[in-house]
Amino acid sequence: MTEAFLISILTITIRAGVSLLYATLGEIYTERSGVLNLGVEGVMMMGAATAFAVAYHSGSAWLGLAAAIIAGVALAGVHAFLSITMRADQVVSGLALTIFGTGLASFMGQRLGPGGQTMVGLQGPVFARTPIPILSKLPILGPSFFNQDILTYMLYILLPIMWFYLYGTKAGLHLRAVGENPQAADAMGVNVALTRYVYTMLGGLLMGVAGAHLSLGYLQGWAQNITGGRGWIAIALVIFAMWDPLRAVIGAMLFGGINALQFRMQAAGTTIPAPFLNMMPYIFTILVLVVITWWEAVRRRIGAPAALGIPFAREEK
Amino acid sequence: MRLVFEKRLTQSRWAALLVPLGSFLLALLFGSIFLAAFGVDPLQAYRVMVVGSLGSQYAFTETLVKAIPLMLTGLGVSIAFRMLFWNIGAEGQLAMGGIAASMVALFWSQSLPDALTLPLMILAAVLAGAVWGLIPALLKAYIGVNEILTTLMMNYIAVLGVEYLYLGPWRDPEGRGFPGTAAFPPEAILPRIVGRVHLGILFAVIAAALLWLILSRMKWGYEIRVIGENPEAARYTGVSIARNILLVMLLSGGLAGLAGMSEVAGIARRLYQGLTVGYGYTAIIVAWLANLNPWGVLFSAFFMAALLVGGDQIQIALQTPAAVALVLQGAILFFVLGGWIFVNYRIRIIRPLGESALEAGDD
Amino acid sequence: MSQIDTSPAVIMRGITKRFPGVVANHRVDLEVRGGHIHALLGENGAGKSTLMNVLAGLYQPDEGQIIIRGKLVQFHSPRDAIEYGIGMVHQNFMLVESFTVAENVILGYGGDGMLVDRSAIHRQVQVLSERYRLDVDPNAFIWQLSVGEQQRVEILKLLYRGADVLILDEPTAVLTPQESDELAEILRQMTDEGKAIIFITHKLDEVMAFSDQVTVLRGGEVIATLPTAKITKEELARLMVGREVLFRIEKEPYEAGPAVLELEAVSAQNDKGLPALKGISLQIRRGEILGIAGVAGNGQRELAEVITGLRPVTNGAIRVGGREITNCSPKEAIDAGVSHVPGDRLGVGLIPNLPVVDNLAMKAYRRPPLARGPLLDGTAMGTFARRLVEAFKIATPSIQTNARLLSGGNQQKVVLAREIDSSGGVLVAVHPTRGLDVGATESVRRTLLEQRRQGAAILLISEDLDELMQLSDRIAVIFEGEIMGFVDADRADKDEIGLMMAGERRVASEIS
Repeated sequence: MTEAFLISILTITIRAGVSLLYATLGEIYTERSGVLNLGVEGVMMMGAATAFAVAYHSGSAWLGLAAAIIAGVALAGVHAFLSITMRADQVVSGLALTIFGTGLASFMGQRLGPGGQTMVGLQGPVFARTPIPILSKLPILGPSFFNQDILTYMLYILLPIMWFYLYGTKAGLHLRAVGENPQAADAMGVNVALTRYVYTMLGGLLMGVAGAHLSLGYLQGWAQNITGGRGWIAIALVIFAMWDPLRAVIGAMLFGGINALQFRMQAAGTTIPAPFLNMMPYIFTILVLVVITWWEAVRRRIGAPAALGIPFAREEK
Repeated sequence: MRLVFEKRLTQSRWAALLVPLGSFLLALLFGSIFLAAFGVDPLQAYRVMVVGSLGSQYAFTETLVKAIPLMLTGLGVSIAFRMLFWNIGAEGQLAMGGIAASMVALFWSQSLPDALTLPLMILAAVLAGAVWGLIPALLKAYIGVNEILTTLMMNYIAVLGVEYLYLGPWRDPEGRGFPGTAAFPPEAILPRIVGRVHLGILFAVIAAALLWLILSRMKWGYEIRVIGENPEAARYTGVSIARNILLVMLLSGGLAGLAGMSEVAGIARRLYQGLTVGYGYTAIIVAWLANLNPWGVLFSAFFMAALLVGGDQIQIALQTPAAVALVLQGAILFFVLGGWIFVNYRIRIIRPLGESALEAGDD
Repeated sequence: MSQIDTSPAVIMRGITKRFPGVVANHRVDLEVRGGHIHALLGENGAGKSTLMNVLAGLYQPDEGQIIIRGKLVQFHSPRDAIEYGIGMVHQNFMLVESFTVAENVILGYGGDGMLVDRSAIHRQVQVLSERYRLDVDPNAFIWQLSVGEQQRVEILKLLYRGADVLILDEPTAVLTPQESDELAEILRQMTDEGKAIIFITHKLDEVMAFSDQVTVLRGGEVIATLPTAKITKEELARLMVGREVLFRIEKEPYEAGPAVLELEAVSAQNDKGLPALKGISLQIRRGEILGIAGVAGNGQRELAEVITGLRPVTNGAIRVGGREITNCSPKEAIDAGVSHVPGDRLGVGLIPNLPVVDNLAMKAYRRPPLARGPLLDGTAMGTFARRLVEAFKIATPSIQTNARLLSGGNQQKVVLAREIDSSGGVLVAVHPTRGLDVGATESVRRTLLEQRRQGAAILLISEDLDELMQLSDRIAVIFEGEIMGFVDADRADKDEIGLMMAGERRVASEIS
């Protein structure tokens, strides 16, 4: 295994994993507050579409990112409103969000190109890869970890912050309490509904960024099914990560690695037909889920936030 | 002054009727704003949709044609949802049904008497869909793996499998321009009744009747309802939840598989790209809007089909992407979800204590 | 003794609170003074918890005023109430199980800064813990603590926030007699410092033993407020119920038959994988009621579950009528003749959203006359349901009414009717009268005694020691998964049972 090969694998792994990780982190925070958001795929795709459309027409990738964030927050806000205030079934609401989001993104993809045409095949401003001086000279880690785009670097900084926020601050304690036992949190004066709104919409923000990274960083363009199920894989990764931000990194790296493997195998001219290679992430997700669930059942560990998916109402008897 | 939601003792009957209607109207309103924002005249768009889906015998039959797979997958999804088993995998189960039926049609039909071809295709499709649905069911029943994710992943695998087959080993050797398998022999084609409406419509109606029978008249249906309402209570009276998960998913997957067969044998007469266009996902909306009622599914499937056909018409007539139908579907679902609270809750106004204290303060 | 402020700490005037379909409080007045322990007495459903939830800021009153130390206040949330020094310890503890004691204590506390300063919190918790003799380890996880210890964490939470009016909802329901005495000590310590204590209860003995003042509620209204010293237990009972209350039900003399249910050295684990039952052996004879006494959480739930097939055993054997049913499925237990009235009526015993007829059919639907082959006979189901409604006098508008709409007592009658009708000789009843008013409670108890007369072997699990002593022929005390001893109910002594509930083994061990 040559150094170049290792660097190449690591680089692609990280590039492929970043958007997954953003989405997973967003869903972790959402679910930690007790809200299940199955609309990740829709929100990510909308993030990708808005980011690309705005970036293309404005000439600025950062504006595209801002648009994706707004879109993500707004969509997640709809889900929050339906699930929290209107007591709707969270599973159906999330699925509705997926259908709506993917439909809307598809619509935009066909109509927001120049002159009301398709966005497929266009080239717009992107978040290019820029090496960090000094750090990018490190052996192996340098060219892979420190030769990425700015969104990736932001993620490096964001991760420890998010981990510390969850376990070391009062706000993080309140968040975890709301997801575990909203009655207790409420009795202790924590505003359960507000907490859930905030973290669901924060989740949407991160999912929007994830989509923006897809169309402006990793794939650098628009395609009809650009997310290809990544949103769903992110939901599976949340379970894999056992709702912990640091473990999510491992999951994202694993799936990024699968992607990298797919590329390398195709580039090397493998005889395995393309559709089968494309099946790999999905088969792998199932295997991961089976192993994790079985392991959890055997070890009887405390897993999901206890109040996940259950609406909260103070005065109901 | 504050507004508060207060739970009702019994569900409000007229809310249950008004909410879907009101939601639909609100969604149309939203759709108008959306279309207008993209430079499309909403009234013209809606007119095209209605005329294009219901305005002529041709339009009507085309809507029925699109409704058939939605009915079958919708029925399959509804019975699984009744038991709180979130089968998101109707798309993949449909695909597997299509694959199995195609296999019989393309490779076995020569060695079979003509009369047996269609029945065997039906059998193969139902079995394939059932097995595809059985796998996540087994994982859920015996290990507890989240079925939303497993059924979904199976979708992607199945759809890729279809793609592999019609682009690879089963590719039509005579090319003919668009990707797909060779055409099915005549004995493998579902006879048509009127327009392009094929025998599949009969399957759908029979399936709805079957589900109705099970749910209202059979012990199995009683168990399904009990599990769906309160799984703990069901377990404690000796109902086997694991066994029911497996049985229900065999039925659910089988129905979706049948949908796949009816598409390849009734419409396309081949296995091709247009098989997996999202019927399995729309089926979820269909089932939910029908409140999981078998006869209701037939109606909501027809309604959704009208939306889809209308969307296609808009694409042709106004060069607006057909995806607008998906946007409308999502919007309808949102408004129904939001409105459904009024069935179970009423709004109450809470006045600040100061006012009433002035009344009560004199004792 | 130092001067403490005994002016009214809390005045509630004209409080009215309505829920859909019921008026929980109607123009209730309450006055609580500093340094006093005030009891709020009433049956289940009298409105006590509702009133206190209003005071604690969880509910908003529809009418009325709350005045705290002379100031008119309006609470929109528990946080507001806590700011005025009012805190409540609920019956269902508001604790996050996976957090530590310290984390639960500071949850929601605005206080100092953004970060969780563990050492500072630990110190403060230690100080409070010692001062009030609460004896709690700040680092322990809640799920590791006993129920009594968890209650003390709840009290600690309130003290940490400077509460000087503490509301306790049925505090001794989860304690042994000795722990109740310890709690009384803790409460006295607090009142000596001028704090006011309000406790909600339906137990007359508690009122007489602990309180200075008592307010009796019935049907959402105040019936009387008196100093405890000036009233007797019987008078209180009459005020609480509104009529003469019989304290004993007639029970026929005990005629033992052959053993029907046998457990031999049964061990089992709880949901967390820890041992819940350790080598339990017992026998119940035909026509006998064996009561299981013990503080909640000592294995009662697991005991009911291993007998009814809902939980596997790790060791030992269970037999019904000589037939082994160890580790069988719920269905096999039912076929062997075991019926189960579960403790969680709405969660497990009934399907609230299905009609009464469907709920009654839950055991009988598999066989004729309700079923013919795979088909259900709707007419037969109706006849069956009507027969049970008649026989057990279930008050319901029709058999098509959703179970959710019935009163608690009638819901329990549905469960009982179903289980007794399908019983094959063994009945496991878990907290059968919990949450029911006096009329319904009496009815359920009579039903159990009737079944005993007809020869059923009944395992009665209850937290109500009086109930156990009234209904049982023998009482077994369970503590940490083991039977501490068996006593004959006629010769039972409450203190002796109390000691066994706290872990002291009976000397003359009569393993019958």
